[in-house]
Amino acid sequence: MAVKKFMYINRKAPYGTVYALESLEVVLIGAAFDQDVSLAFIGDGVYELTKGQNTDAIGQKNFSPTYSALGDYDVTKIYVEKESLEERGLTLDDLQHLIWEDEDDDWAERDSIRLVSRAELADVMAEQEIILSF
Amino acid sequence: MKISIQVNEGPYQHQASDTAYQFTKAAIAAGHEIFRVFFYHDGVNNATKLAVPPQDDRDIPKLWSELSKENDLDMVVCIAAAQRRGMMDVDEAKRQGFEDNNLIEGFRISGLGQLIEAGVESDRLVVFGA
Amino acid sequence: MTLLHTVNKSPFESNTFDTCLGYAKDGSTVLLIEDGVYAATTGTSAADKIKNASGVTFAVLGPDLQARGLEGKLADGIKVVDYEGFVNLVAEHDSVQSWL
Repeated sequence: MAVKKFMYINRKAPYGTVYALESLEVVLIGAAFDQDVSLAFIGDGVYELTKGQNTDAIGQKNFSPTYSALGDYDVTKIYVEKESLEERGLTLDDLQHLIWEDEDDDWAERDSIRLVSRAELADVMAEQEIILSF
Repeated sequence: MKISIQVNEGPYQHQASDTAYQFTKAAIAAGHEIFRVFFYHDGVNNATKLAVPPQDDRDIPKLWSELSKENDLDMVVCIAAAQRRGMMDVDEAKRQGFEDNNLIEGFRISGLGQLIEAGVESDRLVVFGA
Repeated sequence: MTLLHTVNKSPFESNTFDTCLGYAKDGSTVLLIEDGVYAATTGTSAADKIKNASGVTFAVLGPDLQARGLEGKLADGIKVVDYEGFVNLVAEHDSVQSWL
């Protein structure tokens, strides 16, 4: 099977709508296809990755722990737009620490999140062959 | 070229399904091959066989069903999204122990892998949503 | 690689149009569809932003303009296409980013 550059665009906050959850499901299933995958969190999408989500009182499933499994699914390129974080008064510290294990380097832990500017992410986006939005 | 389409919204609620339908029709008329139309999120509701819209308005599920049959399209309803929203074909309904099924002709239920495969195998993937 | 961007939200309802402009590089095309066509109307800050984005080509889906009664209010420098034109834009660009 050909290997293409796939980018998943996440621009919506979790729980208010289903898009964040169901887009994560696509990423997990998609991992089996061994494509060159990147995730982009832009705008309110950055809220999907925040720490400390507790959904007990709203009666929805807290799916945020699933993001920490992405490394095991070979999803190692998670772009977070810097301007979106800043506009929302957030820093990298407010987000989960997502890692992947590099089997070519004795399973050393590496950061999956790449904090990039809008301009840098635009360059990455322009290289993608298939862009999925939710 | 080979084009695939993703539809994220249900009939009538958003214009996404209408636009996707018009786009798909135009792509066929232009001689492109539609590899797959994949229905996700509330988009699975486009596959209902039980819609009875007003007589003077378009019947979206029927339009998709007819487009599919006339052009032998592969129109896939995501099983995960369909299960959440209660869209079942005959086999899935049986599997789940339901008497009823509600999928209109021209659609089939399958996994999310079909969307990724569509991206891999097509030259272009166009997403319609809200 | 050239990208075709589509925007389907009114620029007054959400910031999707602005976000798209932040990502549309020179040589790309932005196609306004559905409620996104309101960004193509005269006398709006959206129309000014379109004028200033000189390296980007702007197009608008005619059927959506007509549906909303906006044909007489189209800002300058925006190409009107129909669904066939939409398909052509998809074929002419290397990939598509739908801003939802």
